[in-house]
Amino acid sequence: MTVSYDNSKTIFEGIKAAGIKSVSALPETWLGLLLQRAEADPDITLIQVAKEEEAIGIAAGAYFAGEPHLLLMQNHGFLAAINGIVSLAQLYSIPLCMVIAYRGHWGEPYPWHTRGGILTEGVLRALGIPYEFARDPAQVGRQIREAWTFSQSSLSPVALLLTRDLMED
Amino acid sequence: MKRAECIAMMYPEIEDKLVVTIMGACAQELYNLGHRENFFYLQHAMGLASSIGLGLATHLPHERIVVLDGDGSVLMNLGTLATLARYRPRNLVLVIFDNGSLLSTGGFDSHTTSGVTDLAGIARAAGIAEVAAVDSVVAFGEAVIDAFARDDLSVVVAKVAAVGPNDYGMDLALPENAFRFRRCIAARKSGGD
Repeated sequence: MTVSYDNSKTIFEGIKAAGIKSVSALPETWLGLLLQRAEADPDITLIQVAKEEEAIGIAAGAYFAGEPHLLLMQNHGFLAAINGIVSLAQLYSIPLCMVIAYRGHWGEPYPWHTRGGILTEGVLRALGIPYEFARDPAQVGRQIREAWTFSQSSLSPVALLLTRDLMED
Repeated sequence: MKRAECIAMMYPEIEDKLVVTIMGACAQELYNLGHRENFFYLQHAMGLASSIGLGLATHLPHERIVVLDGDGSVLMNLGTLATLARYRPRNLVLVIFDNGSLLSTGGFDSHTTSGVTDLAGIARAAGIAEVAAVDSVVAFGEAVIDAFARDDLSVVVAKVAAVGPNDYGMDLALPENAFRFRRCIAARKSGGD
């Protein structure tokens, strides 16, 4: 299995079409091709973090600055960022548009991803974070745009989960 | 020296800058000097004040950003020093008040109390070029003035006593602070302030 080149390109184009100018990320296999594009694109500011919770602070700073910002992370990174999501974003009504590689679920061959994968949806629900699954390259651009729009109108974190169907060839 | 003395000394220098402060005593001492719309008080999410500062500094290159941090908070997010070093926002000054204590949560010793852990050393080793470590009010004032005058990422680690204000309270709801801070920045961007 390899990461889908075409769909990574489609996702990146969707991010740009949504008006995103700034991206924070922690590199991850499924996100690798996306990040290469973000890094090479002069219209996108990419900030790579050492741990995903930092990105919640960076996203808050970008929001205060009025700059459209999107967070790219793996679901285990989302789990690592929960205190920042709760006690910065939700506490202060700061929107977060999170695009999350949904590892450890249907079809997952690697044991180390499975526990976090099984828990991710339940944790999102417990935190009251609206989420959608991205499965179809024909839909993902619209889904990114809608995630962005909803994060801004609800002043809330929202999550778009990138599934295996979309990310692997 | 006391952190309140340091904040009072730097207040005239920071009242026109975008300021992010950590929770508890540090936030209260700044607030008590006079709230301004360009101040954001991070009353939880320990460790993320400097990350907010990086987000502001990256996207607002014409603003000067000041983060008032603490040893307990920085120890919760040491990776931030490496991230700051990597992106080196030249318009960001990070002040770390090191009181060796988790004062706002009961006064337990932090890892810096014994003198074994050196936050300025960690910042330097993370790759931040301009790091000052001070333990007197005069030296603090000089380090901060140098940092503000410098066109580079600067860190000032200030050893302070583990004391805070007697009373806590702000007439400012947390989301209200966020909304007003954002609006203030938007007005400054459009030249309205």
